Amino acid sequence: MTEPLLSVRDLSVAFHQGGKTSLAVDRVSFDIAKGEVVALVGESGSGKSVSANSILKLLPYPAASHPSGQILFNGRDLLTIDDAELRAVRGNDITMIFQEPMTSLNPLHSIERQIAEILDLHQGIKPAQARPRVLELLSQVGIREPEKRLKAYPHELSGGQRQRVMIAMALANRPELLIADEPTTALDVTVQAQILELLKQLKDAHGMSMLFITHDLGIVRKIADRVCVMTKGRIVETGPTAEIFGNPQHAYTRHLLASEPRGTPPTTDETKPIVIEATDMKVWFPIKAGFLRKTVDHVKAVDGIDLTLRAGQTLGVVGESGSGKTTLGLALTRLIGSQGRIGFEGQNIESYSFSQMRPLRRRMQIVFQDPFGSLSPRMAVSDIIGEGLKVHEPSLSARERDARVAAALEEVGLDAATRWRYPHEFSGGQRQRIAIARAMVLKPQFVMLDEPTSALDMSVQAQVVDLLRDLQARHGLAYLFISHDLKVVRALANDMIVMRLGKVVEKGPAETIFTAPREDYTKALMAAAFDLEAVPVPAVRQ
Amino acid sequence: MTALTGTPSGMAAPQTGRLSPVARRRWENFKANRRGFWSLWIFLALFGISLCAEFIANDRPILVSYKGELLVPVLVNYPEETFGGFLAETDYASDFIREEIEANGWMVWPPIRYSYRSANSNIPHSAPTAPFWTMSATERCSGYPQGEADRGCTLGNFNWLGTDDQARDVAARTIYGFRISVLFGLALTIASAIVGVTAGAIQGYFGGWTDLLMQRFIEIWSSMPVLYILLIIAAILPPGFFVLLGIMLLFSWVGFVGVVRAEFLRARNFEYVRAARALGVGNATIMWRHLLPNAMVATLTFLPFILSGSITTLTSLDFLGFGMPPGSPSLGELIAQGKSNLQAPWLGLTAFLVMSIMLSLLIFIGEAARDAFDPRKTFG
Repeated sequence: MTEPLLSVRDLSVAFHQGGKTSLAVDRVSFDIAKGEVVALVGESGSGKSVSANSILKLLPYPAASHPSGQILFNGRDLLTIDDAELRAVRGNDITMIFQEPMTSLNPLHSIERQIAEILDLHQGIKPAQARPRVLELLSQVGIREPEKRLKAYPHELSGGQRQRVMIAMALANRPELLIADEPTTALDVTVQAQILELLKQLKDAHGMSMLFITHDLGIVRKIADRVCVMTKGRIVETGPTAEIFGNPQHAYTRHLLASEPRGTPPTTDETKPIVIEATDMKVWFPIKAGFLRKTVDHVKAVDGIDLTLRAGQTLGVVGESGSGKTTLGLALTRLIGSQGRIGFEGQNIESYSFSQMRPLRRRMQIVFQDPFGSLSPRMAVSDIIGEGLKVHEPSLSARERDARVAAALEEVGLDAATRWRYPHEFSGGQRQRIAIARAMVLKPQFVMLDEPTSALDMSVQAQVVDLLRDLQARHGLAYLFISHDLKVVRALANDMIVMRLGKVVEKGPAETIFTAPREDYTKALMAAAFDLEAVPVPAVRQ
Repeated sequence: MTALTGTPSGMAAPQTGRLSPVARRRWENFKANRRGFWSLWIFLALFGISLCAEFIANDRPILVSYKGELLVPVLVNYPEETFGGFLAETDYASDFIREEIEANGWMVWPPIRYSYRSANSNIPHSAPTAPFWTMSATERCSGYPQGEADRGCTLGNFNWLGTDDQARDVAARTIYGFRISVLFGLALTIASAIVGVTAGAIQGYFGGWTDLLMQRFIEIWSSMPVLYILLIIAAILPPGFFVLLGIMLLFSWVGFVGVVRAEFLRARNFEYVRAARALGVGNATIMWRHLLPNAMVATLTFLPFILSGSITTLTSLDFLGFGMPPGSPSLGELIAQGKSNLQAPWLGLTAFLVMSIMLSLLIFIGEAARDAFDPRKTFG
């Protein structure tokens, strides 16, 4: 191998806050050759994004500093060159795409202007002359009818299209190195597969090198030539992709590879009592227009769905973002209004008022997706878990309530002594356990799980899946499991609904759908999720 | 990368103090702004002193021992017959009472022997008179019957900041006036915070028609001419502390609605609020326990500025003559006197200095509070 394009030597990153210094990255070294794709893999907090951001010095200096290290790019040390030289490198020789396409584009500028700005900055192409190149870039990244999209603002584009625009901006100056920081994490599986395909094509066409940062081993296997496994600020293992996956040396790599959600879902049992059922459920949001705000049309978030869920069983609801799966869950638990019958333990609850619902609330609980958002930051854990008990069992003394809180924490595998702490002191997985404890302390029959594992690291995901299955077996819980992650659904659900645009595409026993999907959409979803293959999805008509 | 910074130490046991880590960081941030921190202590000290105004500037002694009996005139109103006179109220400064008490015991005076309404009857020339330290000993005692030899011509009877045009002691009136200004400001701020936060919370939490109707009402309400309404009401009701407070409150609560409404609108869709709703927690509890803490940051940041605004309003009303009833100690009235007695600069200067120091202190405190609540200010 000749001289590497980028060579990171002994890079350390330290953060200073409130007089304390913490080392986020500890003497990391890796090389990227020309035309090579290197993946930095690790869980959140492993320092992979910090390492990547320090290549272009995008960290919050002076709070961040580099106690040691060199970043050699074409022989120049990027850590020591001055700001003007660095700006010439940024966006020109090395470009970056970020995780969140919503926030990495300026919402106030049209996409033409944003792409033209890059061209103007580094190539001196005036915005007036830039249009042909902008169009070329947009069609390169697979935006259909780019002429019509030039004047579009970021909010008019879908997540996948926004990420494509980001990629177009990154490619505008034909960079030698593209740093992709979790570019597909915020996207749906089918879109993710398309974006990966696109990146791969572009890389081959331009001979770029790529530094790919991700926590998803599936993506790594698909796209990377070499892998660096990071944990706790260090690279513990480096090697060609096939070697790392086939013969992992370090214990952490093995742990990471083994942390796919495992286990089998409960067996379907038609004799169990029905916990919750819905017939022809509809949630339509009116679209109002005109001076008199007349309802001209509806957004059909949930459009005529039937479902039945029995005790001890799990119904998986699968679909991409915008398919209405969360709306379905919220409507079932009567947190938003809906039409159609909802039966809960034999009662028809669709027209119950807030106060009529209150006694039922303890038996139907919800665990939300984001463990950072779902716990009030200003309450101690004991108050968070005890809140439901105060509502539903007001006769409990403070001591009894405390005992119940402690027991609930123990049940979800947390130390009961931690109940005086505040949520920010816990990791994501621990927070999700707290959210589960909050639901479990009321001893519910039915729990709606709204993407409970999506915000968690892979190995933590597997633990939470195990915990959920364990709790279900112990208490005979009925789960409505909403997720876009088919691997997790496979490990938990015995029945399954595939949703698209508010309608059921396919429903039936989970194993049948996984092994022999009937509908094209389901097949495309499976291909994208398990093989990261982009399969054209036929459009559905409403 | 927060996972790497680790958890703060000493968190395992139940917390003894009620300060959460967030609150503790805010207090640290507040202290880091030295100017605001010192302003807070100076202001609290001044306010504390002015709360004890009766013990500092009063025309009654604090303690009197008369014929073996211990009397507390500062708290209890003794009729003059206690000391052998005939009036309903005792004038302790009069020679007769003073000699009577000193013959049969002793008395302890406050450092300033004037209340806000007591006039100095021994001024050297017609009121207003200058501060005593600008006059010679002979001049300042010339109002007393025996001149310099008079026993009344002592430090406690001197006017530190001169007298106003009714021969009342300016220092005493300033202390009482400061107290009433701050108390009025505090009462108005707290009352309008309660009303405004409640209104904003209801609007933001329920949204929809509630929000729409209340917003339109507030727009109409806040476009009413406050000064004219004050004039009209002052013609009907006798102006006093609580009448003024009530009228000002009618309009001042509007200031809080915007920020609180915005916070509630933002936070009502937070997942933890939704989680609480799924637990069956009632609306009032959700608003109080989950949403109000979010809005408190904006409200608390606002408070010192509203407080200084309220004080200014009261002062300007007093200055115009629509404020507190005649005779009450007020900085606004002092400014008005300064305006009409340009030959007595100590009146205007005193009022100006007291007002500007008080308002500056409050603004400094407000700035520090704003810093303390700024979530982005971590790398101070």
